[in-house]
Amino acid sequence: MASGPYSAKVMDHFMNPRNVGEIEDASGVGEVGNPACGDMMRLYLKVEGGRIVDAKFRTFGCGAAIASSSMLTEMIKGKTVEEARAITNRHVADALDGLPAVKIHCSVMAEEAVKSALDDYARKNPA
Amino acid sequence: MPLAHIFFDHISTTPLDPRVLEAMMPYLTEWYGNPSSHIHDQGQRAVQAVDAARAEVARFVNANPQEIVFTSGSTEANNLAIKGAAAACAKKGKHLVVSEVEHFSVLNALPSLRNGGYEVTTLSADSDGKVDPDDVRRAIRPDTVLVSVMHANAEIGTIEPIGEIGRITREREVLFHTDATASAGHIPLDVREAGADLVTLSAHNFYGPKGTGALVVREGVRLDSQIDGGFQEMGFRAGTENVPGIAGMGKAAAIASSEMGEWASHLRRLEKRLRDGIASSVTHLHFTGHPTDRLPGHVSFWVEYAEGESLLLFLSVHGVMAASGSACSSNLKGRDEEDLVASHVLRAIGVPSDICTGSITFSMGKGNTEQEVDHVLSVLPGIVRRLWEMSPTYLDYQKKILQGG
Repeated sequence: MASGPYSAKVMDHFMNPRNVGEIEDASGVGEVGNPACGDMMRLYLKVEGGRIVDAKFRTFGCGAAIASSSMLTEMIKGKTVEEARAITNRHVADALDGLPAVKIHCSVMAEEAVKSALDDYARKNPA
Repeated sequence: MPLAHIFFDHISTTPLDPRVLEAMMPYLTEWYGNPSSHIHDQGQRAVQAVDAARAEVARFVNANPQEIVFTSGSTEANNLAIKGAAAACAKKGKHLVVSEVEHFSVLNALPSLRNGGYEVTTLSADSDGKVDPDDVRRAIRPDTVLVSVMHANAEIGTIEPIGEIGRITREREVLFHTDATASAGHIPLDVREAGADLVTLSAHNFYGPKGTGALVVREGVRLDSQIDGGFQEMGFRAGTENVPGIAGMGKAAAIASSEMGEWASHLRRLEKRLRDGIASSVTHLHFTGHPTDRLPGHVSFWVEYAEGESLLLFLSVHGVMAASGSACSSNLKGRDEEDLVASHVLRAIGVPSDICTGSITFSMGKGNTEQEVDHVLSVLPGIVRRLWEMSPTYLDYQKKILQGG
């Protein structure tokens, strides 16, 4: 397709988002953003033995927000809780072959979503 | 590659009419003279081209040729009108009245005036985007020098009651500026009938070239030039004239004068087909702008639980080019996230800000067809559904329905 503002990878994850949906018995759920600001992401995690075995999301937002959400779920699946916590927005943006400067906040939303979901998991599973 | 190539974004710009290009070509090739060097043949040809275009543009809006000041486009024309009139009338007063749904080239000219001691009264629009002429009447003070209300709004298509506003400004002896960028060439515009003193025109919005516009300056109106230099354009606008652009604008104006009515009836048919089709196939959808007093071929709406840029991207994948007042699509080339603000027009008409983001403007042009409308209708419902399926807010809505809430 014609080159728009986004990389081919962003467009792929926008048009064919991975892991859209919910996890009924999620170990942790994170919700960040606000529709009033143009985007909102809800992330569901299934954690088993300290490892993320499944991740699903629902996002209201622009192309970059949907692609960042999709990419994040791909990146955290199979990772330990500690490894997932170490993921930054930069990792997400890089994995998408970059985002336009004004869209960096979309990758920040993805980073905040995983931290929020892991915080929820930690609350439900105190050490 | 998209299978289709459907341009439904004529409010952003229109394709150049081939007849306009033909009228411009001699001044891009053979006749390259500068109108200021009018003694020799090259300069004379340029003078004749600019004069002929001035006469055509004047006829187009029922003005006199000497009232047409060519500019680089409507942004410059709006700046000249607002800042030029404010400066020239400073002795009379320092108060301006401007509607809140104006283009940025009007609204963003105001802060520097405010810094210079001017006061601005902002008129609100109703939920259809209309400005109430009575509000104009109430806003005018003894020190008011200028009222600026656009002819039609590009984003929501609403046509403003400029005739009534013009009667009030005349009665109160206040200058009236109207930005006709979105309307000229699409609906009739008679500057005399409108009672307008200053009117902004843009050539590329009616099948002319980019980089050329005009400010109609009613005879006797004083303006301070905003560009220092030579004495071109009756002293209102310094700089060598864009002769090919001006020749193109003249041709585009002549074509629009004779064909506008035909375009409008074609566009009204397409508009009805698109609007009815959307209304019957997409739920949670709200049309914006005035239902009848609107630009022909203009259909604007917002969809709950779907974000505008995502809608635009999916439409683009299906070969459909449209516009959005969405937060996220407004300025992808901007440097700051502060550039990502929901449309001031949608906020003005009371669309909640979490919903502003889902707005779409389809603006059709003379070259669009029923088949293209049908293609858009065949892809839009699926796109909306897909975004809803991804949206946490739509999920919450559905759960609420299931719970009977």
